[in-house]
Amino acid sequence: MSYGWSSEAEALAETVMARYPQKRSATMHLLYIAMREDGYLTNDGMRRVAGLVDLSPAQVLSVASFYTMYKRRPVGKYLVSVCTSISCWLLGGDDVLHAVEDEAGVADGQTDDEGLISPEHVECIGACGGAPALQVNYEFVEGLTPHKARELVRWLKSARPEAAFADEMQELFGGDTSFDWAIPDHDGAPNPIPAFQALGTINTRDTGTA
Amino acid sequence: MSDPLILTARMNEHPATSHTLATYEATGGYVAMRTVLVEPGMEPGAVTDEVKTAMLRGRGGAGFPAGVKWGFLAPARPSYLVVNADESEPGTFKDRQLMERDPHQMIEGTIIASFANDVNHAFVYIRGEYPKSARRVQAAVDEAYAAGYLGSDILGSGYDLELTVHIGGGAYICGEETAMINSLEGRRGEPRLKPPYFPAAKGLYMMPTIVNNVETLSNVPWIINEGGAAYAAIGPEDSPGRRMCSISGHVNKPGNYEIVEGLTWRDLIFDVAGGIRDGNTLKAWVPGGASAPWFVPAEHLDLEVTKAVIDAHGSMSGSGAVIVMDHTTDMVAAAERLVRFFAHESCGQCTPCREGTTWLDMILRRITSGQGRAADAGLLYDISDNISPGVTWPPKMTTICPLGPSAVSPVASLLKYFDDEVEEHIANARLIPVTIGVRR
Repeated sequence: MSYGWSSEAEALAETVMARYPQKRSATMHLLYIAMREDGYLTNDGMRRVAGLVDLSPAQVLSVASFYTMYKRRPVGKYLVSVCTSISCWLLGGDDVLHAVEDEAGVADGQTDDEGLISPEHVECIGACGGAPALQVNYEFVEGLTPHKARELVRWLKSARPEAAFADEMQELFGGDTSFDWAIPDHDGAPNPIPAFQALGTINTRDTGTA
Repeated sequence: MSDPLILTARMNEHPATSHTLATYEATGGYVAMRTVLVEPGMEPGAVTDEVKTAMLRGRGGAGFPAGVKWGFLAPARPSYLVVNADESEPGTFKDRQLMERDPHQMIEGTIIASFANDVNHAFVYIRGEYPKSARRVQAAVDEAYAAGYLGSDILGSGYDLELTVHIGGGAYICGEETAMINSLEGRRGEPRLKPPYFPAAKGLYMMPTIVNNVETLSNVPWIINEGGAAYAAIGPEDSPGRRMCSISGHVNKPGNYEIVEGLTWRDLIFDVAGGIRDGNTLKAWVPGGASAPWFVPAEHLDLEVTKAVIDAHGSMSGSGAVIVMDHTTDMVAAAERLVRFFAHESCGQCTPCREGTTWLDMILRRITSGQGRAADAGLLYDISDNISPGVTWPPKMTTICPLGPSAVSPVASLLKYFDDEVEEHIANARLIPVTIGVRR
């Protein structure tokens, strides 16, 4: 019965709440912090968020269940989100999804036995100019082919990078991008939560890879 | 297109460093902010007037003039400003580029817009699937705070502004401004009824709120520097200025292009975007994001790409996303893919949308999977008519927000231009058990 967050997470939660005129506005941020603490969004995590923002746990669940990125079941270390909306579909997004599922050995929405890969199909991720595209832990890989998508999944399984770095994955497996990325990006996502400073969910490499 | 670039000039000239404060300032950045706040300093109303003169239209989809929107701000205080960076309309990827490669341009526009609207706390609502954009914007916000461009008493002007970067949770509907406000309050992203909840009167925390798109605000520094009249002089009178156009699908050169309206669709698709892949034939295109009714070559290819002309021909320039489909495309399947998006993203508040989009999707899916029934075309129309009576454009509404009618656009276009494909699918249907409702 002694559920609790790390002191680091508690401190981050205070910082986040202070950035809004009303602390309830921090709910979405706090749900990500709860996910980081437990690996996914647990009932305990939602109760902790409810306590912080003075809502009932049911109210927090009602918010969390509205959005697709709050995962209320365990997800693999690498969440592979394949876009199958119109522009990606026109250029073979469904084939990319099937290749990812096949190589991962599990279907859309499932996680492999090892807890490594979770394929999912998603609606438009804003990479239409580099279709078909996917994200690993919300870091982009654009201009894919089914073959390259297979190689990417195989690489995730064998190399097991500490975090998903878009530049690295794009260089190894990607093709044309929606626009010139131009600026090297040294930040990556170690878990299926958006990698963002304010969420404390970021891995940074000293030197870029691309 | 001999006019200088406005939105993408800096990133083209300084590709490796356009996101930094140093490059931004070395290329004229934060000069407009100084003009407004200190040297010589402007009245908030004068800033709004300049943007009205520019006839800057919102670039998020609705195309409403930004200055006019600002003019609606109710007198109660505090007021808030929310930057709409929840770019999710299928086909659209321009704000991502503007945020990742020139975040200070958007931030300067935000500071100016906030000053004009007497705002002391603004928010950038970035979709959760854009963490890289959020990182770049947050880093730029941090730089701006350190330089004294955000925070208390900016440049000694006495003006205070806090800017908070907020990251979403994966929901297209939060791009609708009242849904965005609910989401920013820590609620489900469900749109609010208008009236009474017009953001300019009862927005964030029930206070007057302005919601502007990333690209809209990114135009504002140029307008202050060069004058609203100079902006209004670029391109067509009714929708002047430069805008980002995201082109995707079966073209040789997909990407974001900063255009001036007034070229033709033929210019845009065959010249700017390099024509159709593999020498294929153009079949149809979506002129302004997934919500827009389709255009077809026989009727629309030589029309001008301007808001007024697109509106007059029953569609919209919307978010500026052009999705091109060649002759190999199964148009029933394309419609299904578009409708599926809206069915997935419906917030569920309004019955016509929640049930209607789901049924449209299931019926289209059964047609494409060889299970179509003779009455299905009529049924598609009937459901569309229930969501948006008369199936007209602009759509009549039975719902709180336009998401439901948006799902009708591809269906109406399909029945209007490609009913033969619907009939062909149905004629070739196989009589095996129907399996509907399995979403994948």
